[in-house]
Amino acid sequence: MAEYSLSDVNDMYYDVLKELGNIGAGNATTAISNMLNIKINMHVPQVELLTFQKLGSAICPEDEEIVGVYLEVTQDISGSMMFLAKLDSTQALVNKLMGRPDDYKKEFDEMDMSAIKEIGNIIASSYLNALSTMTGLCIGPSVPYIAIDMAAAILSVPAIEFGKIGDNALLITTVFGDDVMIEGYFILLPDLESYDKILASLGIHM
Amino acid sequence: MGNIVKVGMADLNVCAAPDVITTLGLGSCIGIALYDPVTKIGGLAHIMLPDSNLMKNNTNVAKFADTGIEELLVRVEKAGAVKRRLVAKIAGGAKMFEVSGTSEVGNIGNRNAEASRAKLKSLGIPLIAEDTGLNYGRTVELHCDTGDFLIKSVGKPQKII
Repeated sequence: MAEYSLSDVNDMYYDVLKELGNIGAGNATTAISNMLNIKINMHVPQVELLTFQKLGSAICPEDEEIVGVYLEVTQDISGSMMFLAKLDSTQALVNKLMGRPDDYKKEFDEMDMSAIKEIGNIIASSYLNALSTMTGLCIGPSVPYIAIDMAAAILSVPAIEFGKIGDNALLITTVFGDDVMIEGYFILLPDLESYDKILASLGIHM
Repeated sequence: MGNIVKVGMADLNVCAAPDVITTLGLGSCIGIALYDPVTKIGGLAHIMLPDSNLMKNNTNVAKFADTGIEELLVRVEKAGAVKRRLVAKIAGGAKMFEVSGTSEVGNIGNRNAEASRAKLKSLGIPLIAEDTGLNYGRTVELHCDTGDFLIKSVGKPQKII
């Protein structure tokens, strides 16, 4: 059992997580760009360690609707990961995927929901792929689960997971797009033992 | 209407009529309201996990159902509420993602609700209304002048319990 909590992270540990976040988000963005066959620019991802009080409103006001895609992670490490996006960003992604004009706006139907799941799946798997390549660990994602609801309600899921080990959560923000910029957020939630494994596989021992 | 007091995640606070105390977007977390109808003093806690014994070195009592409800009781009593008159209402505890199987993430909402009910019972505070479970988020408001517990969700009519 690991002896530290997330708030004890030292600078090096934090840098490693940041780098993992960077590479993972980069990979995910490339995957999206390939899928949509468009050229995508991307900002350097930002990694933030937030308290719960701030997490709920980190993406948008707590009661604004957002889209969350959740996957469980098994094999060498266990835990879960989430990809989150605001409604307008999600609409933009779906429009591109469905070949609709950029300004198309309508409530998501079943087909759209399925497209969102697939986008979430591709983003999350390419993210995990990067993590797996870097660490040499075998990481398998579950099928994606999707929810559209108030930001704080969706974020309560990762917050609860982080809550078991500390009072902070790690949020990775990535901004990418061509003419329409899309903001996406990742939350990686390895179990505490898996943090040790990830770090150990990179040659870092706490 | 008076001021609006906001309670965050893993947080709690108290207020008195005519103020309103609220927490936004409860997912699998639970909002627990305690209310004294005579002094019209109310309190609201937003807990995330069922049991503080899960964690050593716990620094935030408001994070857990057991310690959170205890602390909320202390705070409303300090504000002038009388324990034997207190009533409780709870909301939240949703299953935000339809995760299959017995995964902990799929179950945490239920466990939070159960732990909250158990703690209220052991303190002898009657739970007079609840809106828990299902698969959607809830914003709740406790109106201290009436004791109404207002619940708002996306795409659903408002509810008062």
